[in-house]
Amino acid sequence: MSDVEYRRATAAQGGLLVVSGVESVAFGDRVRVRDHQGRTRNGQVILAAEQETLIQVFEGTDDIDLENTWVRFLDQPLVLTVSPALLGRVFNGIGEPRDGRPPIVEGEQRNVNGSAINPAARNYPREFIQTGVSTIDGLNSLTRGQKLPIFSASGLPHNRLAAQIVRQARLPGEAGNFAIVFAAMGVSYADARFFEESFADSGVLGNVVMFVNHADDPPVERLALPRVALTAAEYLAFDLDRHVLVVMTDMTNYSEALREVATAKGDVPARKGYPGYLYSDLSEIYERSGRIRDRHGSVTMVPVVTMPSDDITHPIPDLTGYITEGQIVLSRELYNQGVYPPVDIAPSLSRLMKDGIGKDDTREDHPRVANQLYALYAKAQEARNLASIIGAEELSQRDQRYLEFATEFDKHFVGQGEDENRSIIETLNIAWELLSRFPRDALTRVSETDLAHYYRGGDEAA
Amino acid sequence: MSEARVGRIIEINGPILRINLAGARNGEQVRIGSLDIVGEIIALEGDIAIVQAYESTEGLRPGETVNGLGRPLTVELGPGLLQGIFDGMQRPLTEIARVAGDNIPRGLAIDSLDRKREWTFLPCDGLEPGDTIGVGELLGTVQETETIEHRIMVPPNVQGELIDLAHVGEYTLEDTIAQIRDKNDQVHKLKLYHRWPVRIPRPYSRRDHGVEPLITGQRILDTFFPLLKGGKGAVPGPFGAGKTMVQQQVARWSNADIVIYVGCGERGNEMVDVLESFPQLQDPNTGRGMMERTLLVANTSNMPVVAREASVYVGMTIAEYFRDQGHDVVMLADSTSRWAEALREVAGRLGHMPVEEGYPAYLGSRLAAVYERAGRVQTLAGERGSVTLIGAVSPPGGDFSEPVTSHTKEIIQTFWALSKELADARHYPSVDWVDSFSQDVSIAAGWWAENINGHWDKRREEALGLLARDAELSRIVNLVGPEALSHEQQWELEGAALIKEAVLQQSALDDVDSYCSPRKQFELLELVMQVFDRGKKLIELGAPVQELAEHPLMARIRRAKSTWRSDETDDLAEFATEVYETLAALHSEYASSQEAAS
Repeated sequence: MSDVEYRRATAAQGGLLVVSGVESVAFGDRVRVRDHQGRTRNGQVILAAEQETLIQVFEGTDDIDLENTWVRFLDQPLVLTVSPALLGRVFNGIGEPRDGRPPIVEGEQRNVNGSAINPAARNYPREFIQTGVSTIDGLNSLTRGQKLPIFSASGLPHNRLAAQIVRQARLPGEAGNFAIVFAAMGVSYADARFFEESFADSGVLGNVVMFVNHADDPPVERLALPRVALTAAEYLAFDLDRHVLVVMTDMTNYSEALREVATAKGDVPARKGYPGYLYSDLSEIYERSGRIRDRHGSVTMVPVVTMPSDDITHPIPDLTGYITEGQIVLSRELYNQGVYPPVDIAPSLSRLMKDGIGKDDTREDHPRVANQLYALYAKAQEARNLASIIGAEELSQRDQRYLEFATEFDKHFVGQGEDENRSIIETLNIAWELLSRFPRDALTRVSETDLAHYYRGGDEAA
Repeated sequence: MSEARVGRIIEINGPILRINLAGARNGEQVRIGSLDIVGEIIALEGDIAIVQAYESTEGLRPGETVNGLGRPLTVELGPGLLQGIFDGMQRPLTEIARVAGDNIPRGLAIDSLDRKREWTFLPCDGLEPGDTIGVGELLGTVQETETIEHRIMVPPNVQGELIDLAHVGEYTLEDTIAQIRDKNDQVHKLKLYHRWPVRIPRPYSRRDHGVEPLITGQRILDTFFPLLKGGKGAVPGPFGAGKTMVQQQVARWSNADIVIYVGCGERGNEMVDVLESFPQLQDPNTGRGMMERTLLVANTSNMPVVAREASVYVGMTIAEYFRDQGHDVVMLADSTSRWAEALREVAGRLGHMPVEEGYPAYLGSRLAAVYERAGRVQTLAGERGSVTLIGAVSPPGGDFSEPVTSHTKEIIQTFWALSKELADARHYPSVDWVDSFSQDVSIAAGWWAENINGHWDKRREEALGLLARDAELSRIVNLVGPEALSHEQQWELEGAALIKEAVLQQSALDDVDSYCSPRKQFELLELVMQVFDRGKKLIELGAPVQELAEHPLMARIRRAKSTWRSDETDDLAEFATEVYETLAALHSEYASSQEAAS
């Protein structure tokens, strides 16, 4: 069938093309479309019926006419050829080279949609990854095989933070056989270049595979991109035993492309025009992270989600938060105060932290210190609210102490340099400096043993 | 049932197919195409049957064959269910991993229950050939795990004269253990297992009222918003509020006989967490490993969406099966929102008119039908059994007015509302005491009075009253500052803070505090309320609020929950006595100084 070209296009709209009277086309198959100028485009069958075939064209259907369009069915799903030669290369959303070098021909062809990992074959992620960022390591620790997105908003330094994590992330005491998969959907040239330079500066380019779709590239291609990128990541992790960190930016652009195609198809919209299957669709991407029993590698995911209008309840961050194992939330308020990285710890969370930290992983006081910092920070927020009503001078001595703590916490614990790579011990020590501003009795979340070991406050603190 | 018939595919639209199949029946199972994908007929339109596929349809072509199996989706019910992990169609995932590797392949035909394993069957005493056997009657038992006796019953659709019953011995699932001749002279060969269609509730002889609370070992749940055995509860909460932790804590510690955990459209790693951690945990009631009484149904979010819809029915049917054996079963469904979304997705592809947020008009009735399968019943064999259903709800944006949450709220008796604000402040479990409710407090009060303490009801109300006052006073503070409050009111704020920290907050990660027995729950509440009452009198005598609030005793009271285990309530009582004595000493101090002043 792959040798036959059909000239039976009967409709074209947005990224969709309808072909009539072609029998027995497989659902999900790849398609090549040749337009009136002889240029080829790529597509995929998204509805297969006896009379009509609906094709999603990755490059869009601009400039297509129905008369002079030839469609060829390739008789195979969208695949990526995997081989160690992926490392160091740059591809587009469907796995074609965009670095001017020849395509990879030798290697196994893998269906980019993959298939669900059997939960019974998974290993629970419990190895602490040190990112060198205190708000993450100390309070929202990342573990190998976790998916921990950065919730950000336009204008905030999520890319800088993601790049810092990529540069610094490692397992304490292990040099590591790592790789980075960078999946960029609808990013600006400047952002793409920023990441490329960051990888080059830290000398890791040879361990990076990049999949890039720029802001002016066809949106439909963004739907394939994360699947292609994760096929590469899974290969590197589970065939080549690498610890793979996948940075995906920006999942909001991905979701918007999904909405665009869904609307064109006439799918029933759920919230804000996004299709009802946005949750399932995002899950298919995010759930490809993890660890698998008896495999040495891992896929750890740090997706970037920019919250439209800074709204965390918008369907994209909302559904992401329901799937991922926590989130790191950036705050415009902190950023405006000059704090980098502007991580708002209150809504930030790492669900897998509990099993990756403590005595044998980081330090025995770590879980309780994190808990204590959170409790104090929550009280400090109340004090801040109160101060904004009655003025800081009117606060009780107890509340003033909270207020001072919050200021110091934002400055010294949250705030750190873009190149400052703190060890987890340094992070915990900074935490204890802050805790020691309080009298012992105010620290009810840490244990007596912790206090005996690490508490530095004297009587004057009371 | 009709024989297998062959039809063909007309159209493939994601998980929904249109097929041509003679004699197709709604609800019938089909096998699709060369990949042998599993599907179910969900609608008929003239010659066309609409099929929802439980597996990915990628690669299928119009014109491929479809086999009608002539029977609906059923589950296998028999020994070997416990400690297992199944997918949304009850396929055993551990076995799949063994035969097929790390990922789940399509079209895999595999038995739900192990056919090779032998079980020791112990027939009932006194049953003789010639006896008349009714539906659901007990034939014998199999000790499935150390703690769980699996009762082998006559299926609910068979009755008649017992012709033959197996002797004590080792049998596989396919061995015949009894033969029964029904009134039509048809002989039924009964095995250790039978099948039951998942969408048909299993019969029972009558419904009973709930009589005792399910004890979960979680203070905010048991003491403040009790759920009865056989009750219906919901845990709604935005992401990150701790729904899964609440569900897992209930699965771990509740005093049920059987726990069925349905991971419906949730994370793969959470299922692994249960699989890896439960065998290490000890049941506080039996001392045995927790996994022995647990089984998992896992349709993670990346698995096909249609099987997600089925997974809840699969879990429920298994729950009813254990109920019919006279067990108290807890079924946790995490999350019913994902189940509803699966319903919505299929409805959308079928072109059903959306009403709210894209959900079809029948969302409410479908939800109610699922929840109504919970309850405490008298079984066909005359025993008592119950299914308690606790559904997590994941409202978009944390908005409780959305369709799934609001419909659920109308159906359930106990509502454990999780709050983002509490979770952000790391107040766990983040069950909001304002939004949550339980309609069964009075029944629970009877149990507490009989088994723990007659003051439970009163103390509970006082504590909730104080928390309500706290919310009110906090609003004033936020408007005009704390100076506007009287000393008594300031002490009320301190009292509420003490309830929150010493009673309501409970760490699932703390070995001592993760489970709290009813006795310890009451002792802690009593201690805190006593301290509040006695403190109030001290304030009236002129003791400064600040001094009381920062008294070193307070830090110890806050730590009491994680200082003494559930079996160390004597030590806790001793500590309480020490606290009361200290406060009494303070009292006489202030009383005498006040006297001196006057």
